[in-house]
Amino acid sequence: MLRRLSTDQPEKFNFTKVNLNWAKAQLKKYPKGRQASAVIPILWRAQEQEGWVSKPAIEFVADFLDMPEVRVLEVATFYFMFHLKPVGSKAHFQVCGTTPCMLRGSEELMNVCKARINEKQHSLSTDGSMSWEEVECLGGCANAPLVQIGSDYFEDLDKSSFEKLIADVEEDKSPVPGSRTGRFSSEPASMTKKYSRKKSSSENASIERFRG
Amino acid sequence: MLKEKDKIFLNIHGFHDRSIKGVMSRGCWNDTKALISKGPDHIIKTIQDSGLRGRGGAGFPTGLKWSFMPKSNEKPKYLVVNADESEPGTCKDREILRHEPHSLLEGCLLAGIAMGCSASYIYIRGEYVREREQLEVAINEAYEKGFLGKNACKTGLSFDIYSHHGAGAYICGEETALLESLEGRKGMPRMKPPFPAGAGLYGCPTTVNNVESIAVVPTILRRGSGWFSGLGRKNNHGTKLFAISGHVNSPCVVEEEMSISLRELIDKHCGGVMSGWDNLKAVIPGGASVPLIPKSVCDDALMDFDWLKEQRSGLGTAAVIVMDQSTDIIKAIWRLSKFYKHESCGQCTPCREGTGWMMRIMERLVIGQASVEEIDMLVEITKQVEGHTICALGDAAAWPIQGLMRHFRNEVEDRIMTYSSQKAIQAAE
Repeated sequence: MLRRLSTDQPEKFNFTKVNLNWAKAQLKKYPKGRQASAVIPILWRAQEQEGWVSKPAIEFVADFLDMPEVRVLEVATFYFMFHLKPVGSKAHFQVCGTTPCMLRGSEELMNVCKARINEKQHSLSTDGSMSWEEVECLGGCANAPLVQIGSDYFEDLDKSSFEKLIADVEEDKSPVPGSRTGRFSSEPASMTKKYSRKKSSSENASIERFRG
Repeated sequence: MLKEKDKIFLNIHGFHDRSIKGVMSRGCWNDTKALISKGPDHIIKTIQDSGLRGRGGAGFPTGLKWSFMPKSNEKPKYLVVNADESEPGTCKDREILRHEPHSLLEGCLLAGIAMGCSASYIYIRGEYVREREQLEVAINEAYEKGFLGKNACKTGLSFDIYSHHGAGAYICGEETALLESLEGRKGMPRMKPPFPAGAGLYGCPTTVNNVESIAVVPTILRRGSGWFSGLGRKNNHGTKLFAISGHVNSPCVVEEEMSISLRELIDKHCGGVMSGWDNLKAVIPGGASVPLIPKSVCDDALMDFDWLKEQRSGLGTAAVIVMDQSTDIIKAIWRLSKFYKHESCGQCTPCREGTGWMMRIMERLVIGQASVEEIDMLVEITKQVEGHTICALGDAAAWPIQGLMRHFRNEVEDRIMTYSSQKAIQAAE
């Protein structure tokens, strides 16, 4: 798949103070001279801050890690989780479409996206607040079909619960991640009734915590 | 059915206390020092005797893999844990990472020290953000308690564990691609030899193991190799996390004994196949890359490496994808071809080009817009890709199609016939 940088780029990129300190701390994980190892985590934090990976961000990371810019560009274009152009300001819905999710109705979810957000993937809704794409297996197959928004998984969806999820995002309600059928995690449904525990507030953390 | 007392993962669904206090009350980190003080050879021998086979898909004996690590200490040695779980259908390591991270960490320490490693990197797929956060909480807890770091568990040995993550590339689940990615490059597999045990991460001796393979180590060492090898059939020992998805009443992740029958697994834990066992069409027993098995084989299927291999399929990651009679099986396999086309890293020509050809022919077969000869052509392409690439992604792309044609060729031919006769009718009108 051809992945190019956006033609529309911001002037510059800078980490917030918190994120800069975090990035510096990451370098300690790797042996001396191997700081390039941190390129994915640091690019990812840049994306969490800005919503997407811009050319100035790539240049910044290259400089920060003392890497040639082309090596960072290579990484940003190779890994599909890096958005190379802006996504919806409120949410970017990543709908898993691989076979286990397809068997349980992910195509229906994508039809909802087409109707509610945009006919085309990677395109913004009319007000720019939402976008969507079909992604490959998210690794939550026992909770299929599922959708990722930011850091969170929304699981065991169907057409109506997904429409509700989109509506919640539109109305700036912060939807609780996890199963939409009341399951706690990936337990057999019969066990859900047997044990039930309230999720702690940290598990319901808001979607975009690292935004500047 | 696996008895409660033989379960390794007591909190796999996360119902119980996940803090280190709760974890320790369930036996984790209990006198780890004593296990370490028995010496590296004891640890490796116990794992070898237990018959543990790698849980990442290939089923290579874990203890044997560890014994390949050089004994000399010229260079630092690393243990890398492959938590890049991306095989469609597979979602078992996710549960370990978010609900049982301490089993993994204790396993890393024990396995790492057995191989003389100084540090371990856990490479988690990028999408598992919350799982990574849970793991990082656990790592911090273990450091605070003095289980990790300098003088880990008061043994005088130094051992560090770091979490690291990817950004959405299936190929990074291949061990050498994972190492490339961990070094900050595109995840393109390396030529072997040299194998990672000779030159892996940063050119140093490295062992790459699956999450589940490492997370079961502490329990095996505590309960003994005899206990583990007493479960399952010969050569297929122990317990296994099964992830069941698709057309069952209640998809789930459960720990079960190796060699359990497929029917028992689905009936006991998943509330059966939708509309009953007779409504079953086919099952992919080990994640997307293994060939499917039709219902006739499912009736007697045992879920272990050797039984499924005899049926020309495989246990893989024990990710069971169930498909009932309502399934368009050609479309289901086409979607896997699309997956492999999307995830091919592009390094080897047979895979880069072949996965595209396979996907496009499959796309036409879904509607039947093809000639019958093209089925053989497609199978021929899969044979040309299989075994002609650096890593196994080419093979993984080939096998689902081969499985489809082996068992459901009639259905593919029927669809071609239906399409061409409809076209003929339309032309006549």
